[in-house]
Amino acid sequence: MESSNLFLLMLTLGAVAFYIGRSRSLLVAKPLGGIRHLHSLPNYYGLNALLWCALPSLIILVLWLIFDEPVINSIIMGSLPADIAPASLADYNLLLNKISNLADGIMSSKGQPASLIAVADSMAGLRVISQWSLTALCLILAVIGLYWGWYKIAAEFRARQSVEKVMENLLLGCACLAIFTTVGIVFSVLFESIQFFRSVPFFDFVFGLDWSPQTAIREDQVGSSGSFGAVPLFVGTLLISAVAMFVAVPIGLMSAIYLAEYSGKTVRTYAKPALEVLAGVPTVVYGFFAALTVAPFLRDLGADFGLTISSESALAAGLVMGVMIIPFISSLADDVITAVPQTMRDGSLAMGATHSETVRRVVIPAALPGIVAGVMLAISRAIGETMIVVMAAGLAAKLTANPLESVTTVTVQIVTLLTGDQEFDSPKTLAAFALGLMLFTVTLLLNIFALHIVKKYREQYE
Amino acid sequence: MDNLPKIKRSLKRRSRSETRFRWYGRIAIILGLAAVFTLFVDIISKGHGAFKATYIQLEVHYDPEVIGINSLTDKSLLMQANWDAVPKQALRNSFSDVSGRRDKRKLYKLVSNGAGFDLKDRLLANPDLFGKTETRWILVDDDIDTYYKSWLDGEPYAARLSAKQVQWIDQLHQQGQIRLQLNTNLLTRGDSREPEQAGIRGAVVGSLLTLLLTLMLSFPIGVAAAIYLEEFAAKNRFTDFIEVNINNLAAVPSIIFGLLGLAVFINFFHVPRSVPIVGGLVLTLMTLPTIIITSRAAIKSVPPSIREAALGMGASRYQVVIHHVLPLALPGMLTGAIIGMAQALGETAPLLMIGMVAFIVDIPQGFTDPATVLPVQIFLWADSPERAFIEKTSAAIMVLLSFLLIMNISAVWLRKRLERRW
Repeated sequence: MESSNLFLLMLTLGAVAFYIGRSRSLLVAKPLGGIRHLHSLPNYYGLNALLWCALPSLIILVLWLIFDEPVINSIIMGSLPADIAPASLADYNLLLNKISNLADGIMSSKGQPASLIAVADSMAGLRVISQWSLTALCLILAVIGLYWGWYKIAAEFRARQSVEKVMENLLLGCACLAIFTTVGIVFSVLFESIQFFRSVPFFDFVFGLDWSPQTAIREDQVGSSGSFGAVPLFVGTLLISAVAMFVAVPIGLMSAIYLAEYSGKTVRTYAKPALEVLAGVPTVVYGFFAALTVAPFLRDLGADFGLTISSESALAAGLVMGVMIIPFISSLADDVITAVPQTMRDGSLAMGATHSETVRRVVIPAALPGIVAGVMLAISRAIGETMIVVMAAGLAAKLTANPLESVTTVTVQIVTLLTGDQEFDSPKTLAAFALGLMLFTVTLLLNIFALHIVKKYREQYE
Repeated sequence: MDNLPKIKRSLKRRSRSETRFRWYGRIAIILGLAAVFTLFVDIISKGHGAFKATYIQLEVHYDPEVIGINSLTDKSLLMQANWDAVPKQALRNSFSDVSGRRDKRKLYKLVSNGAGFDLKDRLLANPDLFGKTETRWILVDDDIDTYYKSWLDGEPYAARLSAKQVQWIDQLHQQGQIRLQLNTNLLTRGDSREPEQAGIRGAVVGSLLTLLLTLMLSFPIGVAAAIYLEEFAAKNRFTDFIEVNINNLAAVPSIIFGLLGLAVFINFFHVPRSVPIVGGLVLTLMTLPTIIITSRAAIKSVPPSIREAALGMGASRYQVVIHHVLPLALPGMLTGAIIGMAQALGETAPLLMIGMVAFIVDIPQGFTDPATVLPVQIFLWADSPERAFIEKTSAAIMVLLSFLLIMNISAVWLRKRLERRW
């Protein structure tokens, strides 16, 4: 049976179990004189039967679906006849795909060697066996569970506690998903990166000055030996982020100060949401804006002043990225500025300081940890920003600090290395994961540090 | 008292610096608002044209000889029929003075190369037109469309047209046989290499499917996690660890989630590439922190007195949560879910990693059909060299932004309408 149908069947059986459990508890209660003689409400008996019936088989179903294919694949690849056994890892995957396509009937078996067809047939056979044994196992488990849930029903059975115990574990499982995700991220980038560092030494990667990930197709090809020195990417990323910060920090901070300290209520109610519109605009829209409006505008402007500005300049990408980050900084700064107690302002004003002096000498220093944390979160966001730079920054890695030239960034390279045709085990694709590891580590450190600052100073004035 | 003049002088300076400071703030806000304004004006001015397309009027003769079939009922004949010949013949009839192969080829380029198939659909829907003649408005090629629109705006862009083509368009204009009409293709068709035939239907459906899956997974899981952390979790290191993880995940760059999806879902679990399932899974992991954080805030805002009253009446802790806390916190949670979905709808980078950048013409029918999503479609079109795609891209952006606007407005409305202040 198809897994999706099986899933629906399990749900239906669960519903049946609920009904049976509930009615049996009512039956049990009747001779005793009503449901108040039961330990739990009838619905809990029903739920208990439902959980017993559906939960084990659903768990088995999910686990089976996860492990079914790898197990079949390893059985098949382990039993290959010698004449078609793969020589390398790449061949292995290619052959596996071929066999799997043959087994699915996507590929026609015409012209394929007989031994291959035999293997494909045995794979198809294994798949059928697996599907049927899964169906049988799930059904048996469901029926046993149903019987057990039914059998347990008695006036003194603590059905509510039993159901709540299961629920608590389900809730805990959902909360732990965050941990699993982090672990998944760490492992997925770490494993591929370790493979990458086997072919390219770690220090060559982190300190190398030359980035050209094209590996040679022919042995004698010129200039495409593939060098993986990531420094130009780091510099490019920092350059664009610096331009972005140069735009976002003053504008974001000053508008937050103005809105929190000076503006009237009307200005605040309209200007604040209007600025926050910028935060809701998808990054791909900023990318389009940067590539098709800002970059040509800057290039023409530069030409008027006799400057050559590349049409993929770091300046254009950085400017637009800065605009994107303005609301981020302004809302974080707004929060910390309004959190500074009014008494501090009053004290300063009473000493004869002007409003701006109060802001500069009292409010800002008091809010500084929060502002610094906000800026750090903004930097981490700028470093990890992808679409703007993919669309508006260049592809060629150039080691330069001139924002008028075209540079490339870590995220751009990850996208270019991983989109389009690729084989999974080439150093080119693995390099993307190594870059991802760098990106993850740096943003993680920035975030942890920023959250730490926020936590440490948050309660100071409360 | 010789300090007084000093103070007086400094007063002037201080008041000047006060004014200056105020102006810095004003300028910052003006710059920010100017950025919003420029962005929207730029997109709208580029994209509004795409909602109209240029059509020319031709006398179309559904001539069995030209099409090369004699009956519309035979399916195998329909496949072999020469549908392109119909608009070609119509063009030849309208411009009977055009001769020579090169000129004729230029002439045929006036209409979209999908015009023949549009006429086929028209004929199959109205079989009694077979062998007859009708006057019909026919979609033009994207270069002609770009030229005609720019010509109407007073700055003709004829770089990709020959002098003859310009002259023909002029002639059509004088005869009133060229006009702009509502571009239905944009909203009803899938992607195409030809800008005039390209539409966003496929991408919109792909986005809806992906978002549906994201919502179905991330809302229950996020709410469950929030309930656990707020109501049941013991204050210990393990709970702190979960919280640290959630806060960090909220700030991890989205492209990293793409790498996770590629390595775990595609390479390890062998979920097929480019399908809404894998997109939905990745976006679920990405939006979970947002949903958990907003749901926790919503649960926190339910006053403890409610819980205490219910506990006092003998409810178990789960009954308190399910019967009292959850219904009261639901508006806040829904607001959070909508904001999370808006974030997921605009997300592009992780979907590039898991192969949702493929060129897909067909409109996806289910969760396992190859699909793309609206932001990725925008990215693909922005990358296309044809000038007409600039207009299309901006129009797609306008559609995306209006979806986001609707979602955000409904979130604000929901919060205002349903949220209770205690």
